[in-house]
Amino acid sequence: MYTTDLRTAEEKAEEARKGVPRSALDTDALEAEFQARIDADAYIEPKDYMPDGYRKTLVRQMSQHAHSEIVGMLPEGCWVGRAPTLKRKMILIAKVQDEAGHGLYLYSAAETLGTSREELVRQLLAGEAKYSTIFNYPTTNWSDVCTIGWLVDGAAITNQIPLCRCSYGPYARAMVKVCKEESFHQRQGYEALLQMMKGTEAQKRMVQDSFDRWFWPSLMMFGPPDSNSAHSSQNMKWKIKRFSNDELRQRFVDATIPQAEFLGVKVPDVIVKNAETDHYDFGELDWDEFMAVVKGGGICASNRIDARKKALEDGTWVRDAASAYAEKQQVATVAAAE
Amino acid sequence: MGCIYQTEENPHFQYVLGLADDALILGQRWGEWLSKGPTLELDIAASNLALDLIGQANLLLEHAAELEGKGHTADDLAYLRDAHDFRNHWLVEQPNDDWGVTTARMLVFSLYQYCRYEALVKSSDAHLADIVAKALKEVSYHRRFAAEWTIRLGQGTEESNQRIQRGFDMLWRFVPELFETVCWEQTLADDGIAVASGTLQDAWEAEVTLILTQANLSVPKGDAHQFGSRHDGHHTEHLGTLLCELQFLQRSYPTASGAVW
Repeated sequence: MYTTDLRTAEEKAEEARKGVPRSALDTDALEAEFQARIDADAYIEPKDYMPDGYRKTLVRQMSQHAHSEIVGMLPEGCWVGRAPTLKRKMILIAKVQDEAGHGLYLYSAAETLGTSREELVRQLLAGEAKYSTIFNYPTTNWSDVCTIGWLVDGAAITNQIPLCRCSYGPYARAMVKVCKEESFHQRQGYEALLQMMKGTEAQKRMVQDSFDRWFWPSLMMFGPPDSNSAHSSQNMKWKIKRFSNDELRQRFVDATIPQAEFLGVKVPDVIVKNAETDHYDFGELDWDEFMAVVKGGGICASNRIDARKKALEDGTWVRDAASAYAEKQQVATVAAAE
Repeated sequence: MGCIYQTEENPHFQYVLGLADDALILGQRWGEWLSKGPTLELDIAASNLALDLIGQANLLLEHAAELEGKGHTADDLAYLRDAHDFRNHWLVEQPNDDWGVTTARMLVFSLYQYCRYEALVKSSDAHLADIVAKALKEVSYHRRFAAEWTIRLGQGTEESNQRIQRGFDMLWRFVPELFETVCWEQTLADDGIAVASGTLQDAWEAEVTLILTQANLSVPKGDAHQFGSRHDGHHTEHLGTLLCELQFLQRSYPTASGAVW
């Protein structure tokens, strides 16, 4: 699995950059040309010139996205063994598998910018890189798995659909595939909740409890309010971001509340339809909680990273064996050719 | 459900139930690897194996439920039987332990399952033949995956060689059970419905020996000394704890009491 191209991602990116003339004199011209291409809605590809800030921002965002997929496998994966029917078990396995695939896909897309998967994973485990704060909340009942599908994947889709038109080609193309699968995730989650609401009072209570715990954190997935967002304006100019955090959050609330009402859960009293704006007002979020969770304050933050560390450590001997075997095979192939 | 199946009761049903339970229990074990694999690629592979096996279990349990004729569904059979009514081989219920043990278990079982399914494609039970024909394609991949990893670990490093050898050494005591042919299975085989497990042993041994040799591993020696039979509802201690997890929601919120999943 590591043998198709033995160059490191850094080497690949360095070779890719070599084709591009870069001197202090022509940097301004290159940047102007770069921005003009973005303004014309053209894609930037791995071998194209790009400002360092653009590269850095994308690596940060894409790796954060990949880490979220991988860490996100944990709260759902722990329910695979307990899924209530064979059908639900198969759906959940497929969903968690999709997430592993998204992570892999996104790490690969980030590697096109010159940072290897190994380095990105190191940053995650060292606490230097972030992932979506939502996964620091625990999944305490089965309904949580379904609610994650509906709300968390729903919020992710709202965030990611605009990214299908992101200016960086590999990221935009990855998002097209990811969004299709996320859409399946959202529908299966909502459908599973609809079924539970047809069941017993205990099941309905489970759904309400789950909605109450996940609704507000899912709104926080869009990031801090626009008034306090560090990266927004430059990212808009680079078309890494096309809508503001608050715009996307509002879009999500407007789509979700009618779904919650149809499902039959009680939505918080503070949420009311504003007749003038035709949007749902939802008041102020608890940003203290958000910031605390970003800083590792969620119930599960250390468990999540410990679980990833353990998987990596337990698998060291397997990866070493695979590398040793691949090297032996390569030597044998070369010897045979001679 | 509460009943305990007697060995001689409806052998056709019990035979298909045995096939189903093997797939279900091994699928459940593969599911435990999700997000714990040595690489992301292997997480994805593990989930594929789990999906294939649970999918096979679902089809086989549906068929078993029809043969049983008591109005049960596949989910009833999966979620509401206690260990005593499970008919899987002891091998598949053994814990994952490490990647070496998991790989050894998969090689031993997928080679066996392939031989079984290959013979059952010709079963006079047309429904069963259809199910295994589809499953055979999946198991063909499973045994290739297990064989490749056995060789990779066997030839990889000293540590990986020891770990995979440990897997085979630990699990070898469960091998004889795979080829035990009880008299009602022989009768079903004579009727063209089943395959007598004992007839698969030579082909299985030839393949497993070839792969272990290529992997620089030794074929373990020694007898099984297994007391008790899956056909009488006997199992190792591990099945009970596996079922606690598998069946928790259906037991706590029973469909019979109105729960909808």
